[in-house]
Amino acid sequence: MLKIQNLHVKLEAEDKPILKGLDLTVETGKVHAIMGPNGSGKSTLSYVLSGRDGYEVTQGSAELDGVDLLSQEPEERATEGLFLAFQYPVEIPGVGNMTFLRTALNAQRKARGEAELSAGDFLKLVREKARALKIDAEMLKRPVNVGFSGGEKKRNEILQMAVLEPKMCILDETDSGLDVDAMKLVADGVNALRAPDRAFLVITHYQRLLDHIRPDVVHIMADGRIIKTGGPELALEVEQNGYADLLAEAK
Amino acid sequence: MATEAKLRDDLDTRLRDAPRGGFTQAARVAARARLLAMGLPGRRDEYWRFTDPAELNAALPVAAEDPVAEAPLSADGALALRFDGGRAGPVPAAPAGCDIGLLGAADASDIHWAGSIYGTLEASGQMPVKRPFAALNTVTATEGLLLRVTSGKPVVQVEYGVGSRDSDTYLHHCIRVAEGAELTLIEAGRAGARSNIVIEVDLAPGARFHHIRAQGRDADRRTITHIFARISAGASFKSFTYGENGRLTRNEAILDIVGDHAVAHVAGVALGNGAVQPVLQDDTVFITHGAVGCESRQVYKKVLRNGATGVFQGKILVKPGAQKTDGYQISQSLLLDEDSQFLAKPELEIYADDVKCSHGSTTGAIDETALFYLRSRGVGKDRATALLVLSFLADAIAEIEDPALADQIVARLEDWLGLGEAE
Repeated sequence: MLKIQNLHVKLEAEDKPILKGLDLTVETGKVHAIMGPNGSGKSTLSYVLSGRDGYEVTQGSAELDGVDLLSQEPEERATEGLFLAFQYPVEIPGVGNMTFLRTALNAQRKARGEAELSAGDFLKLVREKARALKIDAEMLKRPVNVGFSGGEKKRNEILQMAVLEPKMCILDETDSGLDVDAMKLVADGVNALRAPDRAFLVITHYQRLLDHIRPDVVHIMADGRIIKTGGPELALEVEQNGYADLLAEAK
Repeated sequence: MATEAKLRDDLDTRLRDAPRGGFTQAARVAARARLLAMGLPGRRDEYWRFTDPAELNAALPVAAEDPVAEAPLSADGALALRFDGGRAGPVPAAPAGCDIGLLGAADASDIHWAGSIYGTLEASGQMPVKRPFAALNTVTATEGLLLRVTSGKPVVQVEYGVGSRDSDTYLHHCIRVAEGAELTLIEAGRAGARSNIVIEVDLAPGARFHHIRAQGRDADRRTITHIFARISAGASFKSFTYGENGRLTRNEAILDIVGDHAVAHVAGVALGNGAVQPVLQDDTVFITHGAVGCESRQVYKKVLRNGATGVFQGKILVKPGAQKTDGYQISQSLLLDEDSQFLAKPELEIYADDVKCSHGSTTGAIDETALFYLRSRGVGKDRATALLVLSFLADAIAEIEDPALADQIVARLEDWLGLGEAE
């Protein structure tokens, strides 16, 4: 599904290399986790894959089902089926959550040559998805993320994911700022969306999110590269011993 | 640059055919003297530094292209009438408690309630800032609404047409709302190739006045408007203006709060795209608090692109003794490119010690993080930008109390932004 080869990325403004030859392959239907210390380049990876400005790819490639992602605009990548759940979802006052979601879904459908959903059909779809994720319909009536608690913002990201039905989902530190109960709710939402034709890349500092979203594969990232790959037990190892041993081993 | 002599010649030309006689005669004579004493403005005048008055000063208007046809703002059960190039259409039959007359028709009669308003609020609004185009209007206006509401809540809907391509239109509306009565005034369209509209509003204690104005989407507009209001105790004045493009649009609001616990709100949304023709959108506001416990609010937002210019000059004056004043002012612009500019001059002048007054002015670009957020969900760049413009304007739109009218304004806004068809 997602294939990243020898990816080198630097900050445009500072000429500072962040990713230094990253290789990663995520197979369809799988959940991969990336763990790593602060400054290892985890969030940069999620932004570069989704097309945020401010980064320059100097070498390497990233493909989604054989389609080159790096040459595309962010909206084109979304249409290809890529979704980034933001670490800090953005508040947009004055734009209703429903308007936002319908605009996004219909933009993607139109770009794929599919018929746009009517307001009625869309409402039905969103209500169904919200119910499945146990999200209060009241949240849909409010402006995008305005006045939402940390937990509500992250659940709104999961709702967007449920409505847009991407095939490759990247979760950027979705656990940050959440208490244990909120994290469990968000994790339940993600688990409900696990499917044979969908893959996840879960970026996190901590092992505890992975107690709730069980990964198939765990990668350790440091200094812009994947330094170790293993099963779920690798996350436990990090939790117990920290990154120091792994970093020393890699050197 | 026109010389003093040239300006004076132009002015003489414009005053030559001013109407005479009738109940407005004394007011016209007085306004003429005021105007000749102050003269027409130049760029060196404090309140004309940002906006070049040359096209308003000229003896004759520049012929304008026809306006873009658009549906009028409308409300259920409204009393509708039209002015085309300054000529009034038929006057609708008004319900009990509401008189609708015309300045042109009433001019010959000697006694009229409007006699105590015509030119009076304008005259008192000339201090401390000169407003020569309002005085010019008082001298020369031949037509306008004379609207008095003594009871009930009528809605009056005025639609403007240009009449001809070189029409130079002066309209002067006089409005009085009696104690406990309520009036909604809707204005839409462009009144002339060049137009000058004065509205004088006298609100009795406890009266309520709502004003919603849409100034047309056409580019080739040269307009100056003034609203002078006298707001008595417990009365409420609310005015919202929506404008798109226009070569020169200056909307002045001069609000005099004279009674305790009164409310004055003015708000505006202006969208300027200078791609086809130059665009200048100017809002100039002067609110005087002369009583205790009153609230005023100014909320102005502008979205500018392709070299459009936005101007905001807003003042709150709190007179001695006007304690417990709550004055709020915000003016913000969103610049969609680096060619556009926003010039703002917020002013507070306070002579009472127990007041709350705040003002803020910002100029910014589209938030890149928010833009990326929308695009990452599949929304194309143009549409994402349009949604963020709507977001920026939301709290100004929220100033419109009537949801049906707010919807019509939002529809025009979405149309301008290119969001209309796909919804």
